[in-house]
Amino acid sequence: MDNNEQKKLLRMMLLIRRFEEKLVDLSKDPQKLGGMMIVCTGQEAVAAGVGAALAPEDVIISNHRSHGHLLAKDAEPDLLMAEIFGRRTGYNKGKSGTLHIAAPEVNALCTTTVVGGGIPIAVGTAFAAQYQQKDFVTVCFFGNGASDEGSFHEALNMASLWNLPVIFVCENNIYSGAQRLEEHTKVKDIADRASAYAMRGEMVDGNDALAVYEVVQKAREDCLAGAGPVLIECKTYRWGGHGTNDEQLYQPKDEIARWKEQCPIKKLKASLMQAGTLAEQEYQDMEYEIRLIVERAVQFAEASPWPDPAEALEDVYA
Amino acid sequence: MQELTLGQAVNQALREEMSRDERVFIAGEGVGVSIHSDPRMATYGLLEEFGPRRVKDTPVSEAAIAGLAVGASVMGLLPVVEIMFNPFFTIAADQIVNHAAKLRYLSGGKSKFPLVVRIKTGAGIGAGCQHSHNLEAWVAHSPGLKVVMPGTPADAKGLLKSAIRDENPVIFIEDMILNFVPGPVPEGDYTIPIGVADIKKPGKDVTVVTWSKMLGAAFKAAGQLEQQGISVEIVDLRTLVPLDEATILESVRKTGRLVVLHEATRTGGFGGEIAALVAEKAFDMLKAPIKRVTAPDIPVPFSKPLENFYMPNEVSLMEAIKELF
Ligand SMILES: Cc1ncc(C[n+]2csc(CCOP(=O)(O)OP(=O)(O)O)c2C)c(N)n1
Repeated sequence: MDNNEQKKLLRMMLLIRRFEEKLVDLSKDPQKLGGMMIVCTGQEAVAAGVGAALAPEDVIISNHRSHGHLLAKDAEPDLLMAEIFGRRTGYNKGKSGTLHIAAPEVNALCTTTVVGGGIPIAVGTAFAAQYQQKDFVTVCFFGNGASDEGSFHEALNMASLWNLPVIFVCENNIYSGAQRLEEHTKVKDIADRASAYAMRGEMVDGNDALAVYEVVQKAREDCLAGAGPVLIECKTYRWGGHGTNDEQLYQPKDEIARWKEQCPIKKLKASLMQAGTLAEQEYQDMEYEIRLIVERAVQFAEASPWPDPAEALEDVYA
Repeated sequence: MQELTLGQAVNQALREEMSRDERVFIAGEGVGVSIHSDPRMATYGLLEEFGPRRVKDTPVSEAAIAGLAVGASVMGLLPVVEIMFNPFFTIAADQIVNHAAKLRYLSGGKSKFPLVVRIKTGAGIGAGCQHSHNLEAWVAHSPGLKVVMPGTPADAKGLLKSAIRDENPVIFIEDMILNFVPGPVPEGDYTIPIGVADIKKPGKDVTVVTWSKMLGAAFKAAGQLEQQGISVEIVDLRTLVPLDEATILESVRKTGRLVVLHEATRTGGFGGEIAALVAEKAFDMLKAPIKRVTAPDIPVPFSKPLENFYMPNEVSLMEAIKELF
């Protein structure tokens, strides 16, 4: 990756971070922003690294922690924000809200909040690529908890059997709801589960955006060359609770502090500054620009009309 | 009398039944250590009290959770397992619909499966259709299951105790909004029989058959209509299977009018079953057509004005009732 691309990676992580910080802030007032709110703070390197490795025609299937995935796939911040606000101008006209945003415009075809529900769907989109002899891959995002669902195991088996062009990206953030990894599975590394399906399993530092980018890019090339699916486990950490209503009583404070030291943004910024390719002023300009983008998105959402109640009846059937 | 939410009433029933009978254990996602430390939640504090042998926090594995209940119950345990949100019931459905419901029959009556599956349901929480979907008609359509859907905290406590003591698989569906509404609950041990409806408010002119959260809308409508000279009888079904036909028919014979009210969507909904029952057995007593007030046939939308449009309320109920006169 050249310097410019690395800066783009940094910028994307910063956009995801500031976008979601704003959401968390707004959701403190349920009159302003109601409903469940689930963010990926601390895990931005996975979204950004994967996004940078993908082409526009590549498909992503996302889960409940989706804002970062969508932004990194070049979804419009304005339309995302409006959807999260439940407005008619949002990606899904307010039907979806924060949890299930689909942006087919950028091949973010499905966000499902049914844990593990997206993994078999990724088999289907990858099958379509193989069937139609098209050169695109599917990336499916899910958490460590999702790898306990039957859907994960059935999907990996079939994808491997049929050599499908799909990259399974597990964001192992150590938690599944209030459970720690060792409380929900005996397996230490989710990547090990690949061997049960004769599939390549990779482990990567999920707080290192460059490393994520590289391993996904390689997997993408392999997929397109017909080498079959790959399971990539990104080792990362959920800074906050499961959702904004979670007091995190079960998450050790020193553990959180240790991982905050591993902040993916801080990490890449330091390495770029050390290499002399990024100046503090340039970083400040980036911050400023991103703040404007986020502010504009909130203004767009707040100025957007609510859907008319009867619009609830639309879009059920084609 | 103590004031409890539905979640707290369920909590008390679980605590009392676990103390009473060593065979009762609970399992599910977050039943021990939940992301909420909210004392209004159904399994709050039970891990501390009964320990990890009897309070099993499970992985995200609905099929295995339901299968655990099937296998443990046939061996003589009394599992009470939890499915976090009603839509995820579909992942557990193979074990519940194809196994829990049928294995007694398949054994020629030799085996029994005394298990309870608690499921949280209901719209109104701003979480969209993958967390909010009332699927009681799906389970009611599966012979071999009993289906309970309480609308008050007191009923929830008494019915859950009956469910745990029942020798059959019981699907016990709890509306989440009711976890935030306190109501009076008797202290100590009592049971409410499964399969017995309750006339929550007597009336003369029209019968409203309803259950779960919609009980609140029924009361609001009845109060307003009373002032307009229409006397509403509210029948709270409490149990969908087995169905208390006698109470429904008796009420309709008295009032001559029927409106069925439920939050679930209309087509294939359980309201159709009530309507058919009354049309078959009390048709000649009807002074007006039977009406159903339900959600429209759409998934639960996220946006607030859309979600409000989805849920039936006292206004839609009053409109339907007035059309009968
Ligand atoms: C099928 C299903 N069961 C339960 C839930 C409730 N739930 C939502 S997120 C979650 C934990 C998921 O953990 P993980 O897959 O590790 O993802 P993370 O939240 O850590 O990103 C659970 C249990 C759900 N949404 N879907």
